[in-house]
Amino acid sequence: MNTGNTVQDSVTALKKKRAWHWLEYVFWLAAAASVFLLPSQHALLTQIAIWSLFALSLDLLLGYAGIVSLGHAAYFGFGAYVAALFAINFTGEPITGLIVAGIAAGLLGLATSLLVLRGTDLTRLMVTLGIALVMYEIANQMSWLTGGADGLTGMPVNPVLGIFPIYFRPANSYAYVLIVCFVLFFVAKRIVHSPFGYSLRAIKGNPLRASSIGIPNNLRLIAVYTIAASYAGIAGALLAQTTPVVSLTYIDFQRSADVLLMLIIGGTGYLYGGVVGSALFLVAQKFIGNITPQYWEFWIGFALVVIALFARDRGVFSIFERILGALRNDKAKP
Amino acid sequence: MLTILFDGIAYGMLLFVIACGLAVTLGLMNFVNLAHGAFAMLGGYCAYVLVNVYGVPFFASLPVAFMFAAMIGLLAERTLYVHFYNRSHLEQVLFTIGLVFMTSAVVDYFLGSQQRFINLPAYLQGRFDFFGVGIGKYRLLIILVCALILIVLQLILGYTRFGSRLRAAVDDQRIARGLGINVNWVFALTFAVGCGLAGLGGALGAEILSLEPHFPLKFMIYFLIVVSVGGTSSITGPFLASILLGIGDVAGKYYAPRYGGFVIYTIMIVVLVLRPQGLFARGTSK
Repeated sequence: MNTGNTVQDSVTALKKKRAWHWLEYVFWLAAAASVFLLPSQHALLTQIAIWSLFALSLDLLLGYAGIVSLGHAAYFGFGAYVAALFAINFTGEPITGLIVAGIAAGLLGLATSLLVLRGTDLTRLMVTLGIALVMYEIANQMSWLTGGADGLTGMPVNPVLGIFPIYFRPANSYAYVLIVCFVLFFVAKRIVHSPFGYSLRAIKGNPLRASSIGIPNNLRLIAVYTIAASYAGIAGALLAQTTPVVSLTYIDFQRSADVLLMLIIGGTGYLYGGVVGSALFLVAQKFIGNITPQYWEFWIGFALVVIALFARDRGVFSIFERILGALRNDKAKP
Repeated sequence: MLTILFDGIAYGMLLFVIACGLAVTLGLMNFVNLAHGAFAMLGGYCAYVLVNVYGVPFFASLPVAFMFAAMIGLLAERTLYVHFYNRSHLEQVLFTIGLVFMTSAVVDYFLGSQQRFINLPAYLQGRFDFFGVGIGKYRLLIILVCALILIVLQLILGYTRFGSRLRAAVDDQRIARGLGINVNWVFALTFAVGCGLAGLGGALGAEILSLEPHFPLKFMIYFLIVVSVGGTSSITGPFLASILLGIGDVAGKYYAPRYGGFVIYTIMIVVLVLRPQGLFARGTSK
């Protein structure tokens, strides 16, 4: 066996990984079908799609680059405010708004990445948390611009590209959100299966070795942080465009914690973790929230503790695996 | 002006008493315990129930609050925390945030979501003038008690067998184990005492810190600031950091109420970026 063959083999293996799994086709077809088949659930589905996108952006950081963030809502909220202000002051065309919000949040991510990428996990946790808190305070204090605690209302939402109205049309706005999500998932999939994506995983695995084989660790991390911030900003802008008010809850700690929880429930490092997580989370919230709205918090906490105890990086799936494994062991014993 | 300084010191002292347990878990045991504030809250509510419902004297409720929080801390350490010592920081964060959410909801369920005040005895209310400086009796009490705790802590750490074991375990766990020190037990006991102190602080400061179910989340960042800015190599670091934070926070709220929080978070970020080991730390960590 010569080296040419092994290189060829690994290239084929990588290409195979990059190709779409049949489940992905099924998933997106089902999502497209839900636009027509589940008209009563469009509000919930829109929420799920937006949270999935937000969780995806965190997955790029956590699952691929290994950066822990407790303040990812900073970029989500920033994108939402930028989109709303842009729509009020310039044009209400949604796609333009998304692009502007994405660029703005990306720039914020670029600027803050220099702070985040120093130090250890713990310092990163504190710094990301601190950045989100500072952003919250800024949004709260600049009430002449952001509406402060009252929220920002009166944002115009024109038809998409001038032809596709989404304002107060749940089906249309769900379709719009889905298409945006699809495009961004597609791009994310290309990113994580590119050499760039593999270098991120190398850095996550072992920063010292990664840098000694010539990967510029800091530049790569800055790049992925910027991309993730931009994704989060677009998710925020989507939420701003589909709900009538942008408020401080877009940027508070609860949102950062929730998105982390969703991602962890679904599992990190395969892009669709956020979809699974946010769907489970929001559906559970709807049902448990209906029974005991006040004590929903308890069940989130409980879920977190259980997941932290038993699940590693595959979220709910690893719990299933454990149960299955335990059942098999039981069967094997007698 | 001096009154603000005085109030700030009282506030800082409280923060220190609550956060010093966290300095040990976070700094020494390398465990990200975001749930530390929950123990402070439990202590506060314990004192509240004792004083307001059962009419126990305020002073008698303090040791009970300490014991209550310490027992729960010990229980949690032995049953739950112990599984997370060798896990990644992310898992520790998830687990402890989960604990915070659960405690908040449980407290909300049993005691309601509104803010609670402990009935202070009459002799602790009001203030007197001391060379033109208005001094609140309650805050004076806080400072005295906290100073006492600080001195006792220093003595225990510096001059007792347990203190030297703890310092050994922290300096180098493996060698300490090799010398026959039961490191697990030392850590468990330290964790319990840390939680107890947090509970005591919560009970003592219920009036200043505003006792309500979301207390742990609200003050989480303050405790983390104390520990990360103060460093963890000694007790003095977190102590100085909490006094600074206390004075800064009170003064900020007084002089520039609109920008108080903003300034503190920004300072925290700057300190963390420039000196990840803490402001008063002496250099390298392990």
